[in-house]
Amino acid sequence: MVELIINGDVHRVDGALDTPLLWYLRDELGLTGTRFGCGAGLCGCCTVHVNNTATRSCSITLGDLNGSSVTTIEQLSANGLHPLQQAWIDLQVPQCGYCQSGQIMQAAALLLENPKPSDADIDAAMSGNICRCGTYPRIRAAIKRAAYGQISQGARVGRPVTP
Amino acid sequence: MNANSIAPTRRAFAFGISAAAGGIILALPPISSFAAQLVGLRDEPQGRDPSEITAWISIEADDTTIIRVARSEMGQGNFTTLPMLVAEELECDWRLVRPEYADPAENIARDHAWGDMVTAASISIRGSQSYLRKAGAQARHMLIEEAAERWHVPPDECSARDSVVTHDATGRTIRYGQIAEAAGRRSIPADVPLKPPEGWRLIGRPVHRVDVSDKALGRPISSDVRLPDMLYATVSACPAFGGRLKSFDASKVMNMPGVRYVVAVQDTAVAVVADSWWQAKKACDALPIAWDPADGKGLSTETIRETFSRGLDASDVAIGRRIGDVDKVLSGDVTIVRADYEVPYLAHTTMEPMTCTAHVTGGRAEVWAPTQNGEGTLRNVAAALGIDPSKVTVHKRHLGGGFGRRGLAQDWARMAALIAKQVDRPVKMIWTREEDIQHDYYRPMVLARQVAGFDAAGRLIGWRVRVCGSSILVDLSPDRLVNGQDIEMTNAFLDEDMAYDVANFEVGYVMRNTPVPVGFWRGVNHSQNGYFRESFVDELAHSRGQDPYLFRRGLLAKGPRSLAVLDEAARRANWGQAPKGISQGIALVECYNSVTAQVVDISVSDTGELAVRRVICVIDAGHIVNSSIVEAQMEGAVVYGLGAVLYGQITLHEGRVQQSNFHDYRALRMNEMPQVETYLLSSGSKYSQEWGGVGEPGTPPLAPAIANAVFAATGQRIRTLPLANHELRHGHGK
Repeated sequence: MVELIINGDVHRVDGALDTPLLWYLRDELGLTGTRFGCGAGLCGCCTVHVNNTATRSCSITLGDLNGSSVTTIEQLSANGLHPLQQAWIDLQVPQCGYCQSGQIMQAAALLLENPKPSDADIDAAMSGNICRCGTYPRIRAAIKRAAYGQISQGARVGRPVTP
Repeated sequence: MNANSIAPTRRAFAFGISAAAGGIILALPPISSFAAQLVGLRDEPQGRDPSEITAWISIEADDTTIIRVARSEMGQGNFTTLPMLVAEELECDWRLVRPEYADPAENIARDHAWGDMVTAASISIRGSQSYLRKAGAQARHMLIEEAAERWHVPPDECSARDSVVTHDATGRTIRYGQIAEAAGRRSIPADVPLKPPEGWRLIGRPVHRVDVSDKALGRPISSDVRLPDMLYATVSACPAFGGRLKSFDASKVMNMPGVRYVVAVQDTAVAVVADSWWQAKKACDALPIAWDPADGKGLSTETIRETFSRGLDASDVAIGRRIGDVDKVLSGDVTIVRADYEVPYLAHTTMEPMTCTAHVTGGRAEVWAPTQNGEGTLRNVAAALGIDPSKVTVHKRHLGGGFGRRGLAQDWARMAALIAKQVDRPVKMIWTREEDIQHDYYRPMVLARQVAGFDAAGRLIGWRVRVCGSSILVDLSPDRLVNGQDIEMTNAFLDEDMAYDVANFEVGYVMRNTPVPVGFWRGVNHSQNGYFRESFVDELAHSRGQDPYLFRRGLLAKGPRSLAVLDEAARRANWGQAPKGISQGIALVECYNSVTAQVVDISVSDTGELAVRRVICVIDAGHIVNSSIVEAQMEGAVVYGLGAVLYGQITLHEGRVQQSNFHDYRALRMNEMPQVETYLLSSGSKYSQEWGGVGEPGTPPLAPAIANAVFAATGQRIRTLPLANHELRHGHGK
């Protein structure tokens, strides 16, 4: 029996403690914003926060989480858009979107720890998250926009248009 | 859902989510204004949709404008750009537009009212822009005619803008939503003039994508579909290509928690179906399965290479293009340059592994599919189940990446249907990443041999190309074979996709098919052939001691469009003036009626480590619909191409793929991402009435540009990929 908090709610789980958090979130709780990409902690698609630290939910089991607090992408905007999500929209980051929850959760953990990351800090924090569509340049720019409140130099991105 | 019950000429339409009598109810609450398309489920048909003006457009009383999308959204922006084309002519308020997928079953029932649904070959915009703009113009005419009739004035005294019709003389106005139902009963005008490009107000602008907010919030896409009573499946397919299932012992796993079914998928795979995906996965791992490797026995990268290598000298050559007499010229008094090249098989590794959700019951099938080919999914499911296509419903879902994997190759849809057929509840099938990498339809492994000859004056007067590998079309699109031959395997050397002018030229393909499945990979045959061609052109330039950019210019006397793009790339990159320590490579590829040139800046360290600093990308796609999305496609194409050129290779031993996950089939990561600068050189209709594609054309030039830059840096000519197989020498840079 373990007790953990997920998005502010207490969950008591008995049995099947070897289940990775990812599948408990997706199949049991219907929190499908956290996605499966590799099952081996190699791609970052399934990134959530465990006690405010970016964690691969495919590679941590319910049994590991007694007393822990888990935050998923669904909770990030509970009190309005997170600044990263706003920046993601402003700079039109997502393409297929599948990896983006993990990217945003990874970036959110970075900003919790380091509110003003350098380019090198961003690369170091984000290089565990794969995007096959190639949104990396816009992710970089969006993290900087959220952290510094402006588009970084050299970011070539679309602007909103109201025709 | 009964496709037969759909009204034959007017699309049944019901927006929002509600319980369907006897149908499937979604467990999720509505999540956004795009709820219906995101969750993929519609109500039962309810007869004529009163707000439908034409098949493409419905306008509700509150002016909400539903524009139907026949192609698929897989990240490339179709849910935004295709409605933009309609809205441009419709003159509706863009903020009121709500895109929705056209339904594959209805497309068949309504005699293909939405045309072709295939989302491949960068076809979506260039293949449908003319009828989408026309659809918008037709509906606008119908709305204006309706308003004019009510006002008893001639239609040509009225104009339309922002979803309002105005009688210009009197200033009277009426909203689209007030007259849409009546306008929809008018006859559809056959010929309507389209705006000239100078009049466009939406097309060309970086309009925000309609799907971005949901994606930034983690809202459901693709395999996030959830159905009541749904079970989960994962599969183990025969590890050896050409092999088959001998037996499995379900009794060993049936008592594991949550396990409901263990079923064979014909003789190719076994599926475990359970209450959760993790339970299915655990049982699948524990399941004893015996395979017969059959034709896969002894099959390896080495044996395939040997076969293809012999093919380069074989006589059963399908000629793709022949100019002059290359054999005669090359056996004459010329200086010969020759080189052999090879590329490996490549997997797609869409971020979302193969997945499909299916419910098969009572002789009918309902499928939720992230598909590049909605109608193909429908027909494949029908064929796999042996039922009439009218008994199949396909709910299209936004894809978690496509890149060609989910188009004509519908193995994953057939598999999901065959599993669901043996289960009495809906089943969501998700492959593991290992299955995804080991059971792809790979970019073909191809060997190439090129021979060229210069005359005494130093002119390139002969060039012969042979490629040998497995045909994509034989399996996936046999209707496109010509006399049994797959000429598309010579793309990038054909008349329409090579602008270089050489007096004697020949490209030929030797087909050698193996049990390894091959398929369409971003850029398709232009990707490997672009690498062969542009690397070899670089070799030819250096063999004459010429600058590779200027050498290309010399071959482009009859290719003004390519020349303009090449020149722009060189100019933007400050070609020839790279800073100390930086080496440059250039490449040019014409494909999908677009022209793309790239210049890469690289450095190679003292220890032979390569760093890609910058990619200058210039594309001429004729017309641009959304500049922000085109830039995103170029950035994506660079990431896709660069990961492949650095690391990508699928190898085989005893018929089995040796790679299994992202640790040994690496993707490009953030810390390896170069700066990408995209420049749009839109020539409009100057060279071609056809528009160009943008999804694929950015990938093919990347590999040769990198390889050419490596030569500039180290003097090593990279004739096989990936670069990971080469030890780079100390860079001599500049």
